[in-house]
Amino acid sequence: MNDAAVEQFSARCYKSDIKPIWCPGCGDFGVLASISRALVQLQVPPQQVAVVSGIGCSSRIPAYLNAYGFHGVHGRALPLATGLKLARPELTVLVAGGDGDGFAIGGNHFLHACRRNADLTYIVMDNQVYGMTKGQASPTTAPDWSLGQLTPGGPGMNPFLPLVLALGSGANFLARATSSDPGGTANILVEAIRHPGFSFVQVLSPCLTFQPEQRHWKKKVRPSPVEPTSDPVRAARRLMTDDNFFVGVLYRGEREPYQEPVVELQSELSALESEFEVRDLAYASSKVNAR
Amino acid sequence: MAQKRLSITVAGSGGAGVMTVGNALLEAAGLTGWYAHMVRSSGPQIRGGEVAAMICVSPEPITSEPAHCDLLLAIDWKNIDRFGDEISLTGNSLVVCDPELGQAPASIGDSAARCVEVPLQRLAGTIKGGRPNMVALGVAVQMVGIPRQFVQATLEKVFQGDQRVKAAMAGVDAGFAAAPAADGLASLPLPTAPCTGRWSITGNEATALGALHGGVRFAAGYPITPATEILEWLALTLPKIGGTFVQAEDELAAINQVIGASFGGVPAITATAGPGFALMMESIGLAVAAEVPAVVVNVMRGGPSTGIPTKSEQADLNIALYGLPGDAPHLVVAPTSVNDCLNATQWAVHLSECLQSPAIVLSSQALGQTRIVDDKPAITGTDAARDVPEMIEDNYQRYRLTPSGVSPMSLPGMAGGRYTAEGLEHNEAGIPSVRAGDHLQQLNKRRDKLTRFDYGEYWADIQGAGSTAIITWGAPTGAAWEQLACSGKFDGGLRLIALRLLAPEQPERMAAALDGVSRLLVVEHSHGGQFYKYLRSCYDLPDDTRLFCRPGPLPILAAEIACQLEQWNKP
Repeated sequence: MNDAAVEQFSARCYKSDIKPIWCPGCGDFGVLASISRALVQLQVPPQQVAVVSGIGCSSRIPAYLNAYGFHGVHGRALPLATGLKLARPELTVLVAGGDGDGFAIGGNHFLHACRRNADLTYIVMDNQVYGMTKGQASPTTAPDWSLGQLTPGGPGMNPFLPLVLALGSGANFLARATSSDPGGTANILVEAIRHPGFSFVQVLSPCLTFQPEQRHWKKKVRPSPVEPTSDPVRAARRLMTDDNFFVGVLYRGEREPYQEPVVELQSELSALESEFEVRDLAYASSKVNAR
Repeated sequence: MAQKRLSITVAGSGGAGVMTVGNALLEAAGLTGWYAHMVRSSGPQIRGGEVAAMICVSPEPITSEPAHCDLLLAIDWKNIDRFGDEISLTGNSLVVCDPELGQAPASIGDSAARCVEVPLQRLAGTIKGGRPNMVALGVAVQMVGIPRQFVQATLEKVFQGDQRVKAAMAGVDAGFAAAPAADGLASLPLPTAPCTGRWSITGNEATALGALHGGVRFAAGYPITPATEILEWLALTLPKIGGTFVQAEDELAAINQVIGASFGGVPAITATAGPGFALMMESIGLAVAAEVPAVVVNVMRGGPSTGIPTKSEQADLNIALYGLPGDAPHLVVAPTSVNDCLNATQWAVHLSECLQSPAIVLSSQALGQTRIVDDKPAITGTDAARDVPEMIEDNYQRYRLTPSGVSPMSLPGMAGGRYTAEGLEHNEAGIPSVRAGDHLQQLNKRRDKLTRFDYGEYWADIQGAGSTAIITWGAPTGAAWEQLACSGKFDGGLRLIALRLLAPEQPERMAAALDGVSRLLVVEHSHGGQFYKYLRSCYDLPDDTRLFCRPGPLPILAAEIACQLEQWNKP
């Protein structure tokens, strides 16, 4: 696919001319690059791609891509994308956002999107903090992180493990990626988009403004030492025991993607209305009566 | 004057088969050539609660609920007291009850109604597979005068299998034989000409059907009383015409799935009631800002909070009109009858698609869960028509200013039409903007596209030309309409104005509708007078304007409105 002669769409084709408003050093720059690189590899025409997001720094990403985009309300990107994908199955639908958008306000939709297993790819840029509202703890923040404006002594709750939740809820493809390796992340996204059903990619994407120690993430991440599995039991054990810094494809499920029930098509709406008709037995009744 | 209609109430505990009797009675009355109307009343439980089916049959169309019950069939006495308020018995009422189930409760026994005893349980016990409710059905059809063969035809539709139909008919026959003389009950004439073109439908079914006629091919929803039947019918029907239905994990998801599908170009709808409607508000605002068509049906029930889920009220008007954050103009449409649920919903889809705006359809439990046998209304010719460009121009701008305020909407898949739909304020190109000029421009655009549109005569039902007028909306319209029969009592006659379009307001049309009106009675089914306050804030009303508002769960009756008008007429 890298042959220039066949390559109709270059990375530029997928980038809009709007300048991102992210802080210097934000991991989301790398993720933006990875998405357009992945689309180049896939050669999907830009108008066939829709990127849906919620609210947050990372949720601004649709406008920075040259694709159809929807920047909706906080936490509801997944159901909006589900509606779009079911209505227009031929589109490539990506969902993007942050850990607050996806796991806090949108947590219920995350579980049910995994469970529904519609053919979507969900990219969460996880920086363990709310950046846009200036530094509050998110569902993936460490319990003793005391810099949060609303949790002065630390959130005091265990961070939850999005990949474990996704596995338990039925997601069909799981991967962890890092914004410090845009090429590797692009490769993972290509696989995620190609894999049928709901693909979830957690991208470690540091927020140097509110979590400056995350600058060391690029030294901590390392490739997963094992091959991806399609066995959910094995995947669960690995995900429960890893240190959250293994990157790569972690699970390739074999579930059938969500499909609508197959029924016999009826051409006319009027035929469906016949169930409401009142048969005209009345006149007959008057004759019975006359007799 | 001979009584033109009969009202029959079937009551019993949940699971006793009350609704089966009610539905069968309604269908058989339809086959007989009569019009029919059935209100269902139940507690929130599925089994063990209380259920009543209040049926009205007449050779003439029925527009409102009767004030009194002519015939009460009590399948059992369990919990019937809970209907004390709803079942009004007079000296002319007959009560059929089973003597072996003990004394009638005080609310029934103390009324002036005459009790007639029929041993429903014992008769059912003599039949293999017999049930007391079928015996009660037999009693009812005999007393009302429905020919036996129509009951059989109805039960053959209801029950699968010869044995079950046979057992049911044996019960009906036992009831037929045991029925007391129908002394005092009106005898309704059988029709002498064919009665074609009628249908048996609930408001919720008509709403769903209207949506499909409007072009809806995607629906998502989360179950909620009393709107679930809309979703159920769509779930069964949409796939048959190539559409899609999704059961969502909650109402937040449902409305966003609808917005997503509509963004993709497929007209879409969801249905809910008060609590779910409240959850959808933020995203309805998204549809306003991003200019995405979306239809939301709210089948209103008693509120606030969980309220009275199974009973009707019109108290969600405020949230429908004013519930969105920001200045967020949108469409609010309300059907004026069970039949009108069909056309009003179709119209709402049409408006939503044309104007790229969310449309809220305010139905209510009294419309949605009432089943009627009535003349099927003509399907109006309005199809959803969204302005989707065939060719995308160079430098396409999704929110470009146009004379109508509506901008051509590209759809995913169209080359050159790329844009990001935004909940953020944006400029014509759809790029987020905090500039004062862009904000004002887009606020004006979203307002003007709604106010510049010509909504036509369908915005309201206006009848009569008197100087005394009733103004109402939704379910009470039928009871208000019945007052027109007594127009002669009023100097200068009586006029009825029933609004169908609640937002955007129509000052010129309203001024014309109220031209020559000196006395105005506002009728609504709410405690706080929401409709009255809305009218006061939007329109010039006559000096002599009065309000009759009452909360649910009891319906607004024609007699109550008549009483209000009479007080006014007194010198």
